Amino acid sequence: MFSRVALLVLRKDVAIEFRSFEILSTTLFFAVSCVLVFAFAFVKDGEVVADAAAGILWIAIAFAGTLALGRTFERERYAETVRALLLAPAPRAAIYVGKLLGIVLLLTAAEVMLIPLVALLFSAALFARPLLLVGLLFTGTVGFAAVGTLFAAMLVRSRTRDIMLPILLYPITVPVIIAGVRGTAALLSSPPDEAVALMWISLLVAFDVVFLTLALWTFEPLMTE
Amino acid sequence: MIFDFDTVQLRDVSRHYGRRRALSRVSLAAGAGEIVGLLGPNGAGKSTLIGVLATLVAPSQGDTRYGDRTIAELGGHLRHRIGLLAHELLLYPELSARQNLTFFADLYSLDSRRVVPEALERAGLTERADDPVAGFSRGMRQRLALERALLHSPRLVLFDEPFTGLDDHAVGVVTARIRQIASTGSIVFMATHDLDLADGLVTRVALIRAGRLESDAPAEPGLRARYRDLVGR
Repeated sequence: MFSRVALLVLRKDVAIEFRSFEILSTTLFFAVSCVLVFAFAFVKDGEVVADAAAGILWIAIAFAGTLALGRTFERERYAETVRALLLAPAPRAAIYVGKLLGIVLLLTAAEVMLIPLVALLFSAALFARPLLLVGLLFTGTVGFAAVGTLFAAMLVRSRTRDIMLPILLYPITVPVIIAGVRGTAALLSSPPDEAVALMWISLLVAFDVVFLTLALWTFEPLMTE
Repeated sequence: MIFDFDTVQLRDVSRHYGRRRALSRVSLAAGAGEIVGLLGPNGAGKSTLIGVLATLVAPSQGDTRYGDRTIAELGGHLRHRIGLLAHELLLYPELSARQNLTFFADLYSLDSRRVVPEALERAGLTERADDPVAGFSRGMRQRLALERALLHSPRLVLFDEPFTGLDDHAVGVVTARIRQIASTGSIVFMATHDLDLADGLVTRVALIRAGRLESDAPAEPGLRARYRDLVGR
């Protein structure tokens, strides 16, 4: 029942996105623009500021993620469909998981575009340790989206949601950004420092477990007015 | 097995938002086949009351009993028996009528291949089933939203301003459907400002003002005059 409902919510979000391409296109455009602007600032005469690629990659993911989170829940607020979801005889935590999977999918699409772009513009050897990079990106994306989905759902009826979402989200997801940046920088060092990257992945796994548990536990009471 | 009930009872229900009292010690009961009109001026607490009955708003005090059980005892399974049609239509405008109904049918674990074509036919939208809802008129959307709310044959049906923005024909369709579901044993609560439409449709009238239940009595002709007497405008 739980996984069925989560997949139904995900399938519905994907169907809406296929009809409009609104969130995917704006998120990708924003993420790519972000990287291009940083490339002009941090690459001079072919020389790149140390660790800039790692930082810019994760900043672009965080900013694009915030945009996607806001738009995804704005869609549920527009016709109050969030009330229809909450009225369903389904575990509310399953609705949270469905929305979370949708955000993770969107961010994964953004990352697929961002990684080669950052590698190209910053001459970064992002493909040197692909499995570790995927591990960092996956655990980091899940952690960021787990916190973001909970806050975006909580703020869906708030008039100040556009301002409040980043204010609440960024301080709590600072460990995700730091772990992502330091882990990616370790992979970009010469030679790649696998032990350090693994340490940051472990930290991200711990973050994901803690915040996913908290979100699943608190989603039902938080969504009841 | 899905739980069922034939009465709904609010017992001393209050709901506060900070210092503002949206509902204050409201006690109200309704049985199968009744259409209870929730009437009152703007901000009286009608929508909050609908939210409490729908389990979307938790009372600050008091409880709601569905049969002899509360939401705390029944959990989410109770929602199998509750349908809500609000002023906002609770439909995804980007999706087609069929996609909307299929999604909600699946969410309620219904046989979508059977219930969706039936619901589309009742809404008169079989021909437009695969068009996005965003392109529908207000009346078409309202008919679709009504069928979405009733897809799972709920026992408790809640309407919050169901006639807003509808033309005469659409009003007639919605009114007939409300009468039909009440005749099959549903308990209907309807919050509305449209006294002329409520007159003759509702079987009971609950007048609410400033969060308090001012009156709860069987419906009689001359609803507007009685409303003016009690509410004062």
